Amino acid sequence: MKTTITVNGATRALDLDPRTTLLDALREHLHLTGSKKGCDHGQCGACTVLVNGLRINSCLSLAVMHDGDEVTTIEGLGSPETLHPMQQAFLTEDAFQCGYCTPGQICSAVALLREVEAGWPSQATADLTGKVVLSDEEIRERMSGNICRCSAYPQIVAAIKRAAEALA
Amino acid sequence: MRPFTYERARDPQSAVKAAAETAGARFLAGGTNLLDLMKLEIETPQHLIDVGRLPLGQIEDAPDGGLKIGAMTSNTQVAADARVRSRYPVLTQAIVAGGSPQLRNKATTGGNLLQRTRCAYFYDTSKPCNKRQPGSGCGALEGLNRNAAILGASHACIATHPSDMAVALVALDARVETLAPDGDGREFPLMELHRLPGETPEVETHLIPGELITAIVLPPPPDGGQLYRKVRDRASYAAGLSSVAVAGDRVALGMVAHKPWRAAEAEAALSAGASPDEAMAAELEAASETGRNGFKITLTARLGAATIAEAKGIRR
Repeated sequence: MKTTITVNGATRALDLDPRTTLLDALREHLHLTGSKKGCDHGQCGACTVLVNGLRINSCLSLAVMHDGDEVTTIEGLGSPETLHPMQQAFLTEDAFQCGYCTPGQICSAVALLREVEAGWPSQATADLTGKVVLSDEEIRERMSGNICRCSAYPQIVAAIKRAAEALA
Repeated sequence: MRPFTYERARDPQSAVKAAAETAGARFLAGGTNLLDLMKLEIETPQHLIDVGRLPLGQIEDAPDGGLKIGAMTSNTQVAADARVRSRYPVLTQAIVAGGSPQLRNKATTGGNLLQRTRCAYFYDTSKPCNKRQPGSGCGALEGLNRNAAILGASHACIATHPSDMAVALVALDARVETLAPDGDGREFPLMELHRLPGETPEVETHLIPGELITAIVLPPPPDGGQLYRKVRDRASYAAGLSSVAVAGDRVALGMVAHKPWRAAEAEAALSAGASPDEAMAAELEAASETGRNGFKITLTARLGAATIAEAKGIRR
């Protein structure tokens, strides 16, 4: 089935079995292997990418559902020469060990900062109509869809706070 | 995943027509529950009708002071809407208590209502489950039943409905708007959408084949406090053991039955002057335990009483 998706700014024309998930289209067809397949059931968050600016689990979405969409993966956030501030913060704070969950963590964290900026509430937000304050509790709650088997959680929280300051 | 064909619906009318005319067709919205179940071959549709881009993604003010929430709005969009946050806070609280941000960005209002149970036997295709395979039996009756239903269950099925959002919507007295394959629209109380399991737990709603949920309609917010509370095994991103939504004089319970549960007995007791604890005791008189889920009766009694008291500003 013919599907056109803009991935990291480039228009990509694909011809796919409708069963192909967005994650498999990115990894197996476009060879963008930064997004990882962990659980393949939306439980671990390793496959998190941004679609039209919103973070989603790319394993729980069919590629054909995204005809005309704009997808950003970890490869599109920064480059080895010019890291995204979130990528730099994860390095600075040593926010990973094995690194398998890291692309999903970083994509998720980039979206988190935008969601907080937009004032979207979370379970940790006490005042639903007020401004969201980026507390440690807010970060932990908002990152609960990304699991880290190495348990680098304290450093991930520190990295997100560092990146938030760098981007402010 | 089993092979299937895929089409993107052009408009609601052609979507319901295609759903009624195509064998093995299912609607696909956000896909967060359906695609998960298709990977496990628990759901095996032969044809998917993608309704995700139908023009049902708006939240509009209703003439009576309520809100009309399009069925294709995302869970995130509803929870973040300024009108919902200020006038229906119980709905925002319930939505952000469910799933993860990634799932809520994709999951829709209509799909949330139609999500399937998280019962372990529904998911394990090597075990009997009357909901997955009618007539095969219920593995949970003698098995892992710690999170099974305590209200309205049957000998055929003790599964629960997992939605947080639906519990708040029931407490808010929401109504459902649908479109049927013959082109007729209808509107009815959300309380009449889901069924109790009875002898046919595989039939979960009163929708007719091909009928599409198009919107949820909220009446003006009730007088009095609103509050949603949920208890689960970890602090975030876990299915609930029990939940309570209070909106004014109405009370609803979640994860305790095959459907979001309107606590009519508790409401009646409260209006007759009962304390929150007495009201929950009245509601749970009909509760029954199966194996290891007896703790949910005590848990729901305490959670319900505490939530009602906090929402109404009653000191216990």
